[in-house]
Amino acid sequence: MVTYTFLAAFLCLMGYFTYFQFVQSEPFINNPYNKRQELFTQKVIRGEIYSADGVTLAETIVDAEGNETRVYPCARIFSHIVGYTGHGTAGIEATANFSLLRSNIFYGEKVVSDLQGEKSPGDSVYTTLNYELQLQAFDALGHYDGAVVVLEPATGRVLAMVSKPDFDPNTIAEDWEELVDETNDRSELLNRATQGRYPPGSTFKILTTLQYLREHPEDYEAYRFSCGGEYQEGHKTIHCYNNVRHGDEDLKKAFANSCNSAYASLGLGLDLTAFHAMCESMLFNTDLPVSIESSKSSFVLEEGAQTSAVMETSIGQGQTLVTPLHMALITCAVANDGVLRAPYVVDHVADDRGVTVEQYTGKEYGRLLSSEEAAVLKEYMGYVIEEGTGRQLSSDRYEVYGKTGSAEFSTSSKASHSWFTGFAHQDGKPDIVVTVIVEDSGVGSEYAVPIAQEIFEAYYNTDE
Amino acid sequence: MTNLIVEVTKYLMIFLFALYTYEGFSALRGKLSDRKKRGIYHRQLLLMYLLHLSAYLAVYAVTDDIRTVLFYLFQVLFTVIVMSCYHLLYENGSRLLVNHMCTLLLIGFIILTRLSFEDAVRQYVIAVGAFVLTLPVPYLVRSVGFMRRLTWLYAAAGIIGLVMVQLFGATSYGAKLSLKVAGISFQPSEFIKLIFVFFVAGMLYEKTDFIRVCAATAVAAAHVLILVLCRDLGGALIFFITYVVMLYVATKKIFYFAGGLLSGSIAAVVAYNLFSHVQIRVLAWRDPLSVIDNEGYQISQSLFAIGTGGWFGMGLYQGMPNRIPVVKEDFIFSAISEELGGIFALCLLMVCMGCFFLFLNMAMQMKDQFYKLIALGLGVVYGFQVFLTVGGVTRFIPSTGVTLPLVSYGGSSLLASMMMFAIVQGLYVMRQDEGNADGTKNKKSQAKQKRKSGKTGFDDKVEKIS
Repeated sequence: MVTYTFLAAFLCLMGYFTYFQFVQSEPFINNPYNKRQELFTQKVIRGEIYSADGVTLAETIVDAEGNETRVYPCARIFSHIVGYTGHGTAGIEATANFSLLRSNIFYGEKVVSDLQGEKSPGDSVYTTLNYELQLQAFDALGHYDGAVVVLEPATGRVLAMVSKPDFDPNTIAEDWEELVDETNDRSELLNRATQGRYPPGSTFKILTTLQYLREHPEDYEAYRFSCGGEYQEGHKTIHCYNNVRHGDEDLKKAFANSCNSAYASLGLGLDLTAFHAMCESMLFNTDLPVSIESSKSSFVLEEGAQTSAVMETSIGQGQTLVTPLHMALITCAVANDGVLRAPYVVDHVADDRGVTVEQYTGKEYGRLLSSEEAAVLKEYMGYVIEEGTGRQLSSDRYEVYGKTGSAEFSTSSKASHSWFTGFAHQDGKPDIVVTVIVEDSGVGSEYAVPIAQEIFEAYYNTDE
Repeated sequence: MTNLIVEVTKYLMIFLFALYTYEGFSALRGKLSDRKKRGIYHRQLLLMYLLHLSAYLAVYAVTDDIRTVLFYLFQVLFTVIVMSCYHLLYENGSRLLVNHMCTLLLIGFIILTRLSFEDAVRQYVIAVGAFVLTLPVPYLVRSVGFMRRLTWLYAAAGIIGLVMVQLFGATSYGAKLSLKVAGISFQPSEFIKLIFVFFVAGMLYEKTDFIRVCAATAVAAAHVLILVLCRDLGGALIFFITYVVMLYVATKKIFYFAGGLLSGSIAAVVAYNLFSHVQIRVLAWRDPLSVIDNEGYQISQSLFAIGTGGWFGMGLYQGMPNRIPVVKEDFIFSAISEELGGIFALCLLMVCMGCFFLFLNMAMQMKDQFYKLIALGLGVVYGFQVFLTVGGVTRFIPSTGVTLPLVSYGGSSLLASMMMFAIVQGLYVMRQDEGNADGTKNKKSQAKQKRKSGKTGFDDKVEKIS
């Protein structure tokens, strides 16, 4: 019996070892801490990166002398998401580093080229990125700084991700000194879509509303507020945009009007401990489920906070900071019946001959809100487009749901970041979520909304 | 050219070692004529030396250091002497076990040469010394009759030794393991493992009444507790499992086995909640990448090595095994897997399993309960240690920081392992005597015995050397 017990233990160990080699080793090999990846560059020519619609995003050109140059044909358009290699790595170049440096040509061929000391062609990475949408987003953001994220909520596929200011990955080596110079405050290398942390402004009202729904599941429709253009409590006064008086509102109308007064007052009635817990369950103060570099959003409001902090936080000001990708993920959960799919950007990896060696289908992250809550928020976000701050987006070909925002980021000036986050639906096509932030511009409806509109138009105009 | 040699030898070594492993297992299968067995052993030797030669071809090609060639020749000489000595002095010993021992030593030399030439040479010197010291052991096992009467001496030696470590030991990697005497540092627990097996065998071979079991359990518990206090969790586990298994086999009472495992599990839970270093180990096991900057660094590096090496390995000197902390001792298996390949590493594990089966096979055949328990205990110590180290570095179980016997760098570990193999050789020699005596006395019972052990799938005949 002793023998068999040990035999079983050893067999399990061997089975596990085999399983590890075949299945589990990938995230370890691919980990940026694994310096062994550098060894592969001596044996393999780095593979290509393609968009979902077949455009080459990165390739390695080998000249007659065997010198290798990494070329990015789309240059700045995909600068952050595709990333670069050479001066460290970033973007897909970093996360798919091992896939690109691995050669899945037949073992026999590999043995032969190993023996001859020749380099094998690396595998190619086929992304989920849509060239047309990316181009549209890139152009629409124009000369503004900011970010655009386009996702498919039902799958988690990243269709486009733009961050500006950008850089040219083709000349990263020459530009490096300038890019990392201390006096350069533009942070071109920062992927604002995943790493930029912004005050959420009125887009945060989605979460304030959700908390209210959770505390008043039966009677939230009975909520009433009479807006006089501002709301005062203690020494703090919150103004509605341009001091507009919204008059009598229920919750849906307050949401559509993005009524600061209503939300400041509503926020004071919330259970702050539960509010904090809800925000953490919605991925605040948490690493986002994404492979590329991202920052944590932060929500610090807790029980016992000052009145002014509660009022500000409820309307998306205060100390709350959120990344555009995070806002897009919250929107995805609403669009997808409450369930979040983890975003992913690599669709599959194929070898030199185009044979798929690894197919990715994304993973469900989990349910962030109940489908009833998602339905209510969806209805409210639809009302924003029908009657509220997003009227401009209404279309007769597709339905749009969203929330605008303008986030003040400086106490000294009136300047604000312009936000839009929302999704659109048309029968027969997968829904898309679009999140836009335009830095230092003005109200959401004036700057971010038109950009979102261009993307929706581009997406629903293509005949696929 | 260097590249070519490294690549060719890489595949060649995998092929040779796979064949060697296959031969090793076919020798275990039993029902083979002596002639066939001899054939297997000779083929094994050939494969072993070819593998060793391929490895040092690659080593020389990369380092271009003539010292490695000399070192290679010294190793060949050493193994030839080891095998000849065993052959001449202990005709009835297990030749398969000697082959495996030499193969494991050579693989250790190969990977240590690659990791650090100086350390490999030191290891070699220790191996030579250990061989000289352990060569008489099989003879002593057979001829010294009073070994079974020293029970309480073993207990005292074990506990005093462990207490000394606790009081005067040097701390390394969070555990107190080694003592320094006259400038030489050694790890008493490596030897106490063996003494402990003798103690338990001495306690339980005659009688297994309740009082005896209680006394033995108390002493065993003392060993385990001291080791836990020294933070040597791997050591504690080895002592614990060895004791539980020996107790079970001696008493044949499943109750003791189940009770032992149950109390062990409870102790593990208590230890987890009590000691932060246990929690750290478990955390690093569950999600090493999340704590890669601190607790998970070592195991992550190990998995990087194993994963990147893949099935065929990077080739000697082509990987980065030195990035793994303590690679020469506790993580040698990762280095082997990285550079020589996953297939090679699996074969290595199977050769270790083969040794373990030889130990247990011996236990099943011995009639004298004392020696039976010794063989069993040593087998469990060896097998469980292999399981802990390989399981630990591959993240199958939390890492406990134990060495791979005969392969890992370290004098105490090497000497203790060679001692262990020598004792089992002694038992083989003795079994042969026993068998001969039996043959004349009672052929019927021997036939019975044969049928019985035949069912276990092992060779019931003791190997003979012409």
